[in-house]
Amino acid sequence: MTISPPRPVGPGAGVVGAEPSSAPGLVAQVAAVGRRSVTRTLRQRGLLIFPLVFPLILFAINGSSLSAATKIPGFPTSNYRDFALALVFIQGSLFVSISAGTDLARDIETGFFNRLALTPLRGEALLIGQLGGAFVLACIEAVVYLLVGIATGVVIASGVAGVVVLMALSILIAFGFASLGALLALRFGTGEAVQAIFPLLFVSLFLSSSSLPRNLIKVNWFREVATYNPMSYLIEGVRSLIITGWDARALALGFGFAALLVLITLALANAAMKSRLVRT
Amino acid sequence: MRGFVFVARGVAWRSIHNTLVSPAILLPSIIFPLFFLVAFAGGLSRLADVPNFHYGPGYTAFVFVFVFLQSAAFGGVFTGFAVARDFESGFARRLMLSAPRRSGIIAGYAIGALARWSITGTVVTVAGLIAGMNIDGSGTDLLGLVGLGIIFNFVAAMWGCGVAMFLRTEQAGALIQMPVFVLLFLAPVYVPLTLLTGWIHDVARLNPASVVLEAGRGLLAASPVDVGLAFGLLAACAVLLALFARRGLASAERAG
Repeated sequence: MTISPPRPVGPGAGVVGAEPSSAPGLVAQVAAVGRRSVTRTLRQRGLLIFPLVFPLILFAINGSSLSAATKIPGFPTSNYRDFALALVFIQGSLFVSISAGTDLARDIETGFFNRLALTPLRGEALLIGQLGGAFVLACIEAVVYLLVGIATGVVIASGVAGVVVLMALSILIAFGFASLGALLALRFGTGEAVQAIFPLLFVSLFLSSSSLPRNLIKVNWFREVATYNPMSYLIEGVRSLIITGWDARALALGFGFAALLVLITLALANAAMKSRLVRT
Repeated sequence: MRGFVFVARGVAWRSIHNTLVSPAILLPSIIFPLFFLVAFAGGLSRLADVPNFHYGPGYTAFVFVFVFLQSAAFGGVFTGFAVARDFESGFARRLMLSAPRRSGIIAGYAIGALARWSITGTVVTVAGLIAGMNIDGSGTDLLGLVGLGIIFNFVAAMWGCGVAMFLRTEQAGALIQMPVFVLLFLAPVYVPLTLLTGWIHDVARLNPASVVLEAGRGLLAASPVDVGLAFGLLAACAVLLALFARRGLASAERAG
């Protein structure tokens, strides 16, 4: 006996339910999956608030509590909030990874992925499309953090053009962490596995130059760890635009590590996606 | 009274047993304070070079007192999570049906919180000593610091129990944790109160956690500051929050 699947109706039906011969192109597939991902992200307003607000709470507290650090000889700015704002962008990116991974894991846990495996949808389209919601969340976060920073007196040393580059870098970093979340979801298939990575990411964030410049870290082993920790270079790339202006080395390292994160995690996630979508 | 002791002992035994046999429960309460100790003492020790930063035992000891008291508070907070979990799983309802004196349930959870913190506090102290922390205070001073931690742990446990018993869902976790987290971080965490400026100074000056923190640091440095006030504030909070937890229990009893 053969069972014909019902023809899907509604938005995106032409993509996931179409016959292989009439399957739309990659861009159309990405757009359809991405639209679903963005809609889902924007509908979960409760889940949007915490990733937005928590880094800002820490920014408000640490920006003031650590202002005495600006009196350390050699500290690069006279306002600690200028220094601390970069950390807010990275913390927000870590939350994006959880959001992206958890959404994907939920699709796996509810069986949505298994149903998609029956369609001609390409794995690459599914992966990139699924990250659409994370991309939108990253954009919203970047705008909000920037506006809050400026409202609290932070001056962007690199000017208007620097703001554009800062947004691009922070969104690229967030996309990299979102891909990491997606990779974990695809590999392990559960939201718990995605959530479990968060403390590790948070620890690696604090074992970096997040609170003081590396050259001012007094404890040797901590300075070594911060130097080998790629998180330091992501933070320093963003921070350079805020407090230094145009620092080619910091920007190259920041964009370089962010691009590397995106490439590695996307490649691994794509491989995991292929095994997840194996048609049985 | 016998009924109270019987219930308290039973709940405490279960709470301690669950903590000891389940790494998922014990490890976070150990790892987080250790992480804060490493991150702050390692990454921020240059703050001790800020003009007018005077703390005899050094920056590691300065941070240690915060982490020690934070671990005490979070020992109580995590117990609040356990209470919420017991309500959601239905265990708490069965417990209330069988308990001859229900106030013993709160006491049992409080003992469980203290036992949990005794492990965490010991680990944090050993880690601080390994990291080269200096202790200038006498044995009596250190007992005073431990005493502050014990009452702080009780206060946080009562807060956690109260919220968990009022809401009876694991979703109460954020409401249990966030106020304690914010209260602690609105105290002089990284530098003494005198070096804080702006709004954080005004808030920290009014924050009861600041008094407890500064008293603890004074005890470790053998130069006690406002110790009586710190114990008095904590005792007042303990009484108020014990009443709050009791009302939470009454709310849970009414809900059935």
